[in-house]
Parts: sequence; structure tokens; C-alpha cells
Amino acid sequence: MKYFHLIWAALFRRKTRTILTLVSIVAAFLLFGMLDAVRTSFDQAGQSANGAERLQTGSKLSFIQTLPQALGARIAQVPGVKMVTYANWFGGAYQDPHNQVFSFAVAPNYLDAYPEIAVDPAQRKAFDDTRTGALVGETLAQRFHWKVGDKIPLQSTIFPDKSGNKTWTFDIMGIMHAKDKKSAGFYDQMFLLHWKYFDETTPYNRGTVGWYVTRVADVNQADRVARAIDALSANSDHETRTQTEQAATANWMKQLADIGLIVGSIMGAVFFTLLLLSGNTMMQAVRERTSELAVLKTIGFSSRSVLAMVLAESVLLLLIGGVIGLGLAAVLIPGVSAHSGGMLNLPTVGAGSWVLGLVLMVLIGLLVGALPAVRAMRLNIVDALAGR
Amino acid sequence: MNAMQKILRWLLKGALWLVSWIFGLALAIPLIALFAIEAKQGTWGVSIALYVLVMGGLALFATDAMERFALWRRAASRGFWARVLCNAMDVWGLLAGISAFVFFIKPWQWSNWVIAALLIWLVVWMLLTRRGRQAASVTGVGVSTLRQRLGSSAVIVIGIAGVVGVLVALLAMGEGYSQTLRKTGNADTAIVMRGASASEVMSVLDHDSIVQIVQTPGIARDAKGQPLASPELVVAANLPLKGGSADDEGSVQLRGVGDEAWAVRPQVKIVEGRKFNPGMRELDVGKGAAQQFAGLVPGHQVRLGSQLWTVVGVFASGDAMDSEVWGDANVVADTYRRGSSRASVVAKLADPQAFDAFKAALAANPQLKVDTDTTLAYYAKQSEGMTTVIRIMGITVGLIMAIGAMFGALNTMFAAVATRAREIATLRAIGFRGLPVVVAVMLETMLLALLGGVIGGALAWLVFNGYGASTLAAGTVGKLSFELAVTPELLWTGLKWALAIGFVGGLFPAVRAARLPVTTALREL
Repeated sequence: MKYFHLIWAALFRRKTRTILTLVSIVAAFLLFGMLDAVRTSFDQAGQSANGAERLQTGSKLSFIQTLPQALGARIAQVPGVKMVTYANWFGGAYQDPHNQVFSFAVAPNYLDAYPEIAVDPAQRKAFDDTRTGALVGETLAQRFHWKVGDKIPLQSTIFPDKSGNKTWTFDIMGIMHAKDKKSAGFYDQMFLLHWKYFDETTPYNRGTVGWYVTRVADVNQADRVARAIDALSANSDHETRTQTEQAATANWMKQLADIGLIVGSIMGAVFFTLLLLSGNTMMQAVRERTSELAVLKTIGFSSRSVLAMVLAESVLLLLIGGVIGLGLAAVLIPGVSAHSGGMLNLPTVGAGSWVLGLVLMVLIGLLVGALPAVRAMRLNIVDALAGR
Repeated sequence: MNAMQKILRWLLKGALWLVSWIFGLALAIPLIALFAIEAKQGTWGVSIALYVLVMGGLALFATDAMERFALWRRAASRGFWARVLCNAMDVWGLLAGISAFVFFIKPWQWSNWVIAALLIWLVVWMLLTRRGRQAASVTGVGVSTLRQRLGSSAVIVIGIAGVVGVLVALLAMGEGYSQTLRKTGNADTAIVMRGASASEVMSVLDHDSIVQIVQTPGIARDAKGQPLASPELVVAANLPLKGGSADDEGSVQLRGVGDEAWAVRPQVKIVEGRKFNPGMRELDVGKGAAQQFAGLVPGHQVRLGSQLWTVVGVFASGDAMDSEVWGDANVVADTYRRGSSRASVVAKLADPQAFDAFKAALAANPQLKVDTDTTLAYYAKQSEGMTTVIRIMGITVGLIMAIGAMFGALNTMFAAVATRAREIATLRAIGFRGLPVVVAVMLETMLLALLGGVIGGALAWLVFNGYGASTLAAGTVGKLSFELAVTPELLWTGLKWALAIGFVGGLFPAVRAARLPVTTALREL
């Protein structure tokens, strides 16, 4: 620490070069921050304590197949089950069939299974009392400029009513807010309607249920409860498959894309380039300071401390650039999420990304500084001063 | 007192700096505003004129006038207005650089022609004019000494190769995905679904509707006089994924079809085993699906729900059908309790021109409420969303990487100019003007950039062309396998990016080289 001033002075000996290199490092770590946020959002989807407690029971045949409503009462009797609720995929779209809305027809107690969704009690009551009522997530409401009290037409891309008309009218009774924006931003995009209204209006559903959501009393019993639920319908014509919400979401994300591989390959290319680039800068920096380093040694600096100083300089270079880059990512990501119109919902740079980023900075700094540092250490004073 | 004076001087200096930058930016603001307006309206006419203006300004900026200007700037560097003017010109140069960058990477047709024209003009200029020959010889010297600067030159080459490689690979992913879906469609095949259904799996057509659709005029007929129309049921099935645990299930699109399905899709061919027999629980699996899911081998049995089905054949089509599994429509409908309803009707049209009449006939039928599209339009629409997402992702990642590589190139070229300062000053002292020096430095950078672009593109092509990937596609309910497609257009895009990075990376060092006052550079000996 005593020599910090010396290291700092050496680093900014040539301002242009250092600043140009810093911008490259900033760009690399900005990219790292953003891509790591994408990766984390894929990894962490559904990874909440509540998610581990909830089981999803769907048809074993495929996720589009429905289950009989009577199964709900039997699931409720499985030991260890705290509550059961159910929902159907509604397939809603607003104005244009390609403008899809995550809409579910849900049981009256559906929200009780999701304590992480906050709804004003008065609004919840109004929703419960209105047959054609709907609750919308706050991001969704913003996207289409909906307000509480609005009457909106939503067309179902799957279910027509009895006369074959596919445009349904709903009264917006309340707004849902996800309590934890980081891991549960999805809830802000949801649209909930009453299953009863849905089932009575469309001739296609006939009292069936898309999937059951079960809360278990004890997380450690989740596997046993899941097997017990599946045993209820074994060998029937509606066999079920029960998974924790965590496992189901992870499975879904894995099918969507191997995001880890994509992010990994991009970052590999970026950091390899960065290694070369900052390595070149450090080589230049040491080469042109040869005589100064020789003077340092002459006045009594040991070879090892010269080595340490060059290494510290390169680590410092990476740290400055990297921290600025990650900081920039942390500032930019919420903006990107806000402007994507609900398409993207990225968590900001988390503690994990910061730690990984800092480790990478130090590691790359050491790697980059190694060669010039060893060169500086082995410097022969007489030769260096003679300019040989 | 001393400290006070120091602070006061700092403040004054800062204020001066700020005012002059604001003035420089103020000159640029109308330009930026115009750009923004044009971009919103989608009309680029005036912008093209502006490009010419910016490029022209740049050329002026770089030529002999600048040499004198540099001398004057040095002499008058303490003057307020000199400083303001200098900063204004710096901003002008920066803008020129940025617009040139945009110009290079925008996929405009005419930009290719402009690049070609510029290239021809450059060659003619270098061959025929005295100044051009000077530029050529200075470039020659620069290129011949590249070997001594191998390490730092490699920074440009490898940095840009990285950008181009990643960009091309990401764009190839989008291209491969949309190609696979686009190839699935045909201009002379129509798909009929219930109205307002976003995709096949969401559509339901009852038996009566299907009978009417199949009898609609405009559909081609086979040798026996039967209409070539295939009512199909599309559902999803859960199957264990290859390479995962037994519990690791994925979703595959299961299509219940009749004999007509093979006739309306001549590209689907059995490559192993045989077609399923009607009425049996037998499956034919697509090549892509067979690679994704475990147990999809002829002779094996797979479990769909509580039933066992036998895989009897593998088909290949080279499009989205490769990711599907086909079975007999009646048996699939039975398993999924769909009765006599189907999801869609795919019909071969008598000829592509018959589509409008066919669509009108269906729309005019009061008993039907259906949407009709050519399969070409249907699959193009399905691929739209995902392709845009991948494109935006590719360009965002590419842009951030390009900024990094650009500054790497700037660094290298500044260093190169600095080490050659004496040489350049000597040239200028014996009568070379500024322009040849500018051209030489920029050519050298762009040459290195081009090399990087070629290497990056080649690597992307070698590694990723035909690389298998899969995703849950929009509008289907199963995993869609596709191959990354590195097309010549994508490679050209990559090269243009490389040139753009090289252009900006070389521009500022080149200007510095031309601005270098001869006397100072020589005195630094």
C-alpha cells in the first residue's frame, strides 16, 4: 500500500494508452455483466423458497392436455398437502393474435398459493365478487395502459364462447404487484380471470383443469407428496406428472435454450481478446520504462518488489476498468428491462456476478501482468541503464 | 493564497473546456436531430445527402488545409476561439466517424455500391495522381514494417476476429432458425385454421368444417381425383430427453395425420423403416426429434401417457417437420380425447395463383370461421418474433464488443503513429502533404481489420455452419431443432463490421499523424 502512489503514477504515465485500454476493459465487463444477468435470470427462474414449496401437477401425456376437476378433492386428501388450487391456460391476446398475454383462468383460492403476489385486499374482494372480473400485473397494465375499472376486450386464441365468438370482455378489478421483483417479475405480466366464468362460457372446457398447484406443509416432504399425487391417477386415462415449481421451470428454461453454452462461448471469445489487448498494453508499458525500472532497482528496490509492483499495476488496470464496466451494466440493465415493453425482465448485477467479475478481473490482471513482471524482475541494472 | 490561485485556475480552465465542448456539440445537434427524425419516419433520403456532407467535411478536414490549421492551432493554442474551433472540429470528426460506422454496418443495399465506388476511386487515385502515388508508397512502407510490430498488430486482427466471429455466429443462429421455418412453408400450399388462432396447436376445426374445407375449389387433385388436402391434429407429447435422467422430459410436437400428409409435403421422405399403419399405435419420427429424444429408434417402444407406441420409421425433410413425430390421426385423436376434431387442414393448391380465390371461397362460406394463409406466410410469421430477438441480441453483443475492439485498434495505431513519428515528420519535411499520410495510416488499419474480419468469419463458418441447436419455437409445442446457417450475406455483414471498426480505429490516429507539427516531431530526436 505504501507504493500505491508509485503504481498509480506508472499506470497513468501515458494517459491516452491507459484510457484507451480502460475503455476496452469497460466494454468487456459491461458485456460480462449483461450476459451474466441473462444467465442468472434463466438459472434463477422459479428458484424461490415459495417455488420449492409448490408442486405443479399436469397431465403426463403433454402440457396441453387437461385433467378432470374431481382430481382436486383427492389431491387435497394426500397427507402433507396444505392446499390445492388449479388453473387453465386461457391463451389471451390483446388486439392482435400475436400480441399474447400470459392469461390464466384460475380457481378462487389461486392467489392464496402465491403469497409473493400482493393485491390490495379491497381489489381482491372486488375481483372475487365480479364474475367477469380480472386481475392484471402492473407491468402488463402499463404496457396496454389499463386502469382499474376499465372494460377490456381480450380475444382467446384457443377458446370461443358458445356462439363461436372469441372476444371476451373483462372488467379490470385490481392490479397485482410482485413483492420480489428480482426472481418473480413474471407475476407482473400475468392476467387472471375466474375459472368458473371461463368454464361456463366456453363449450370446449367441460369442467376440466389445466394443472393443479399444491402447497406442501413441509418442503422436505415435497418428493414424497409428488409421488403420492401421481399414484392417485396411475393407470387411469389421465395419468399425471408432478414436479416442484423449481424443477418444472428449470426444465422449461433448459428446453428454451442452452443459454449457459451461448453466454460461455461469447465470454470466452471476449476474454481471450481482452487478455491479448491488455497484455499488449502492459508489455509496452514495461518496455518503455526499462530504464526507470533499472533506476528503481539501483536505489534499492528488490527484484521481487519490482515484480509485485508491475503485477499490481496490471491488476489495478483491470480492476478500474472492470468495476466501471460492471457498474455501467448495473445502471443500464434496469433501463433495458424497462424499455423492452415486458419482453425482457433481467435482474440487475447481483452479488454472485460481482464476485465472479472481481475474481475474473484479478485473474486476468495477474495473467496479463505475469510476463512483463517477470521481465522487469530479471532486468539487469547495468544492461538496462546502458540501453542494451 | 497559492492554493486559492491554483483552484481558481483549475476552475477557469474547466469552464473554458466546458464552453468550448458545448459550442462544438451545439454545431452537431441539428445533425443529430435530423438523424433522429429521419430514423423515426423511416426515410433516409436527406441522411444520404448528409453522409456525403459529413464525408466531404472529413476529407476537407484531413487535407492540406489541416496542416496549416495544425500549425495555426499550435501557435494560437492559448486563444479562446482557437480552442473552441478545434473542439468543434473534433466533434465534427467524431460524428463523421460514427456516421461512417453506422453507414458500414447498416444493411442497406446502396451502401454496398458506395463501398465499391469508393474502392474503385481509391485505386484510380492511387495509380494516377501524384498524391495518390505518394499515399501508396507511404502505405507500402507501413505495411512492410508490420512484421516488426507483430504483437500489437495482432491486437487489431484478433480483436476484430473475435467481434466478427461472435457476431456472425449469433446472426447465424437467427438465420438458421428462420431458414428452417421458412423452408417448411410453400407458396402453393395453404394452411386453414380456425379464425384468430395464433398457431396450429391452438386451433380446433370440427368434422363438418373439415369436410367443407376439403371440398373447396382451388385445391389440387391427385391421380384418383381426390383433393390433396390433409386434415391434421397437432398436440404435444412428453418424452424423455436424450442424455438426461429418466425424469428429464421434454416436449415434442406430435402430428396426427392421414395418408394425404405425405402427398401435400413431398419433401418429407422416409429414410429408415416404413410408414405407420393406419389404426395402429405406430409412430414415424423426424430426424431432428430422433436426435433430441431418447428411444426414438425404429423397433423401440415409447410411452405416451399410459399407452405404448411403437416407432416404425424415421423421416427426413430438412425443415421444421424434422422435429416432429407423426402418427395416425384417428389414434392420436383417441389418445388425446379429441374425437373427430382436427387442428388444421393443409392443402396443396392447383397453382400458387389459386390462393386468393381459395381464401375468398373459404371466407365467403357462412358456415366456416377460418383463417387461411399460405404455409410460406404462416411459417414466416411464426419465425418473426424469435428471429428479431436473436438479431437484437447479436447486434447488441456485437456493438459492445466492437467498441472494445475499436479502442484496442485506436491504441495500437496511436502507438504505431508515435513510433513512426520521426519517419512521418521527415516525409512531411521533404514535401509530402497531409493527405497521403492520413490515407496510409487508415489503409493500414483497415487492412489489418479486413484480415481480422476474414479470420473471424472463417472461424465462425468452420465451427458453426451446420451446428445443431434447438429451442422451443413460437407457435409449436415441441423442441425445434435447427442448424446454424453461416450464409455469404452474413459473412459480408461481418466483413463490413470489421471495416467499420478499422475505419474508426484508424481515423483518429491518422489525423494525429497528419497534424503532427514537423518541427516538434523532428526535435524529439
